[in-house]
Amino acid sequence: MNHGFNSPLTLSLLLLTAWSLVALTGLLRPLSIAFVGRTLFPLGALIGAVLAVVAAVSLYEPAEQIVLPIGLPDLPAHLRLDGLSGVFLILLGATSAGISIFAAGYFRRGEGTAPGLLCLQYHLFLASMGFVLLADDAYAFMLAWETMALSSYFLVTTQHRIPEIREAGFLYLLIAHLGAIAILLSFGVLQGGSWHFTFDAMRAAHLNFHWATIAFCLALIGFGAKAGLVPLHVWLPEAHPAAPSPVSALMSGVMLKTALYGMIRVSFDLLGQPVWWWGLLPLSLGLFSALYGVVFAAAQTDMKRLLAYSSIENIGILFTGLGLAIVFAGAGMRAPAALTLIAVLYHAMNHAFMKSLLFLGTGAVLHATGQRSLGHLGGLIHRMPWVAWLTLIGVLAIAGLPPLNGFVSEWLLLQSFLFAYKVPHPFINMLLPLGAALLALAAALAGYVMVKFFGVIFLGQPREPALKRAHDASFAERLGLAWLALGCVLLGFLPTHVISLFSVVTRQLDLGGLPASDAPWWLLVPIPERQSSYAPLVFFAVIAVVVVLSIIGVRRFYHQRIRRSPAWDCGFGGLNGRMQDTAEGFGQPIRHLFQPFFAIARELPGPLDTHPKYRLEIGDRIWRALYQPLGTLVRRVADKVAWLQQGRIATYLLYSFVTLVVLLALML
Amino acid sequence: MNVFDWIVQLLGIALAVAAAPVLVGWVNQCRAWLQNKSAPSILLPYRGIRKLFHKDAVIAENASRLFRLAPYVVFGTMVTAAAVIPSIATRLPFTQAADAIALVGLLATARVFLSLAAMDVGTAFGTLGARREMMIGFLAEPALLVVIFVVSLTSATTALPLIAERLSAQSFTLTPSLAFTAVAFTMVLLAENARIPIDNPATHLELTMIHEALLLEYSARHLALMEWAAALKLFNYACIGVAVFIPWGIATGHAPLSLAVSIVLLGVKLLFAGAGLALIETLSAKLRVFRAPEFLATAFLFAVLGLLVHLLLGD
Repeated sequence: MNHGFNSPLTLSLLLLTAWSLVALTGLLRPLSIAFVGRTLFPLGALIGAVLAVVAAVSLYEPAEQIVLPIGLPDLPAHLRLDGLSGVFLILLGATSAGISIFAAGYFRRGEGTAPGLLCLQYHLFLASMGFVLLADDAYAFMLAWETMALSSYFLVTTQHRIPEIREAGFLYLLIAHLGAIAILLSFGVLQGGSWHFTFDAMRAAHLNFHWATIAFCLALIGFGAKAGLVPLHVWLPEAHPAAPSPVSALMSGVMLKTALYGMIRVSFDLLGQPVWWWGLLPLSLGLFSALYGVVFAAAQTDMKRLLAYSSIENIGILFTGLGLAIVFAGAGMRAPAALTLIAVLYHAMNHAFMKSLLFLGTGAVLHATGQRSLGHLGGLIHRMPWVAWLTLIGVLAIAGLPPLNGFVSEWLLLQSFLFAYKVPHPFINMLLPLGAALLALAAALAGYVMVKFFGVIFLGQPREPALKRAHDASFAERLGLAWLALGCVLLGFLPTHVISLFSVVTRQLDLGGLPASDAPWWLLVPIPERQSSYAPLVFFAVIAVVVVLSIIGVRRFYHQRIRRSPAWDCGFGGLNGRMQDTAEGFGQPIRHLFQPFFAIARELPGPLDTHPKYRLEIGDRIWRALYQPLGTLVRRVADKVAWLQQGRIATYLLYSFVTLVVLLALML
Repeated sequence: MNVFDWIVQLLGIALAVAAAPVLVGWVNQCRAWLQNKSAPSILLPYRGIRKLFHKDAVIAENASRLFRLAPYVVFGTMVTAAAVIPSIATRLPFTQAADAIALVGLLATARVFLSLAAMDVGTAFGTLGARREMMIGFLAEPALLVVIFVVSLTSATTALPLIAERLSAQSFTLTPSLAFTAVAFTMVLLAENARIPIDNPATHLELTMIHEALLLEYSARHLALMEWAAALKLFNYACIGVAVFIPWGIATGHAPLSLAVSIVLLGVKLLFAGAGLALIETLSAKLRVFRAPEFLATAFLFAVLGLLVHLLLGD
């Protein structure tokens, strides 16, 4: 084992410390945009990129551990870097590099929190996510986890002068802490009576079946709350639009994945061999989240809310895959379990890149136009070509279209679903393939959502006259977008390389890697005996060749005359931007088809109205059925308890006296 | 893998690109006969395409580059799809690059580009068409995928040529699961190719059109490419159906004789398929747009039924 100064774990720790230092440096000149933007954020991006490289190198070395004597006396921090941590560190480093570069050009004056403070919170957030991934005992994990929650809370409430944003932040904090409690309890169960809270002790502990199940369920609640799994998703569509775009990108792209990391860590590593039917819980919740998220995404009119719901969908897909992997692993089918887990990791990586890209794209649009509502956008491809074309890559990727990255993970996941009929449990082996059908539905709906997203924002005619003055993104912003778009393309084009990295994880988790195949590097053959193969590079090359040949052919054999004229207006004249389909209109088929999902409040104009008004509100049924009654209950109880607070010193002294007497009585 | 395989591969692509408009012409001819009209020439689609290529392209003032690029991308994806589908032979080198699931993804790519291009000019019709097309698409795609699941479970692979090879090695028996999925596939084919219960290829009535609404702003060479791509799409779907449900006679090597037999057989199968399509279109009425989900949900359920029957009976 390598304990030298140049071991990947030491280097990663140094890089995370560097992030913390960058964070503190922000306080030196808290009001200087130039210092923070031009120096600190690019520095943070550089650290991220180096971290990704270090983490990638670490995958080729055995897992290493280190004990640092920091923290409380007798409670040193245990840290460990293995394949699983390494993969998520790559995700953190590589994505945050793009986001930080974008952020360098994004933050401006007058955004609420001072830039230096923002820099502190932002880099602390990054460092804490890194420590979550490296933590090897419950104390260190919870400390990093809570730092992550708190720093992101302050980032969400950057514009804390707006009441809605404060509310969104509070909701986020509340659910984050509910989740944290569940995780804490889960660790409490996992230590299994040894009262050692290192992960090593948890791996060694032998839980009986009931306690193991309880630990798994608690972890699912805790990490599910952080990930935004339905029904704990309510904070997500509120917090993401409230946060500044780079923060939304970081939260959606990276932070949600730390929850997935925790879930994989608990179910495959700490619990040892999972029981097969545990997997059905994340599987069914995941499928429901995927469908729920994508259906709501289609009905949204705020571009960042749309993306937030799309994140719920993708988290759903990830948990579906995770559940399937647990089912396979529990049933002793190691090869399919490895394949499914690789698909999950792949999708996590993909989603980090594509969703960050899209969130940053909305950030650029927001800055250029000041509009977040889809109903006031349109036609921006002419004004902001860079942002539009780079966002298009993210849109095509997240819609799961070949040859980009979103398709690869979807393909792998569907391939692994095709093993599900072999699960040796009757009925379940028939129901599982239906999961693939639902997954396909969610994926196809994602295409619908993304056409709406891109079409309404960037295509068509501007819906507001002010949009004609929109400007393209700054250089740093373009660079950040291009970095993430490049990630989407490379992850799509080089699946065999990515998968060989990920199979380190499955081998360390005792599932074995993918079976060896003698296929060339450009051909992905995950299961040799099935002979299903996919070669994105060849695929893309053929499309490109046909496109180029047909362009050349048309030019060579015909002509290239083009006449520009106004769009066809059916002879009526006066076509304008407001006659286009609106975002509400584009979501209408979905509202119609999935009516039971929505709580719709509608106000339609009558034929005799002189001032016709149209109002449509789409509510979340889960919010109304679950959270509102809960909130009312809490408020009612709080009102009752408030009676205790009489506001007179004498009363409070009486309370203390009574308490003392009661305690004394108990002691005696 | 040798040079002959590549020749067969290129032959297959060329055949698809060349023969696709004939299939459309044949369907139109059959439909005219069935409806007691005098039939147009089977070569009419060619003439239409040729005429369009010679015209000047008129493009809306605010159309972006995406609008001009989309026809080439859609055409390119359809030609690539034709390369993936084993229409005349199963030993095709390029089919390694994409299996049946990737094929579905490829068709989705074409659909997304088509819809984005339709939204680009910013007229009411374009966006209306785009949203309807995407609606049909997201309903049809899962049904198609489940169909593919069933055939891949039957043949233990998702590679299309192997599916065709393994299914054609079986004796001619109609297994219940394949029967259900064949019905589902036919329904998906009708919906995806803008055929009558869902869309009417011959209409320009604004309230009902889907595919034509998408193309409303296109003219000349761009329109020609789009029309050609649409014909190719129909041809591709028909070939998927042939390869999966009636693969018998497909060439598994590259002997010239078996190849010739395979091409002739493909022609005969497509003749019947086209006639069947015309018959369906003549016998059924167009559904309202909001009945389309029911139609496609039925297709989905048929496919799922096929899946369940397959898993229950293990045929």
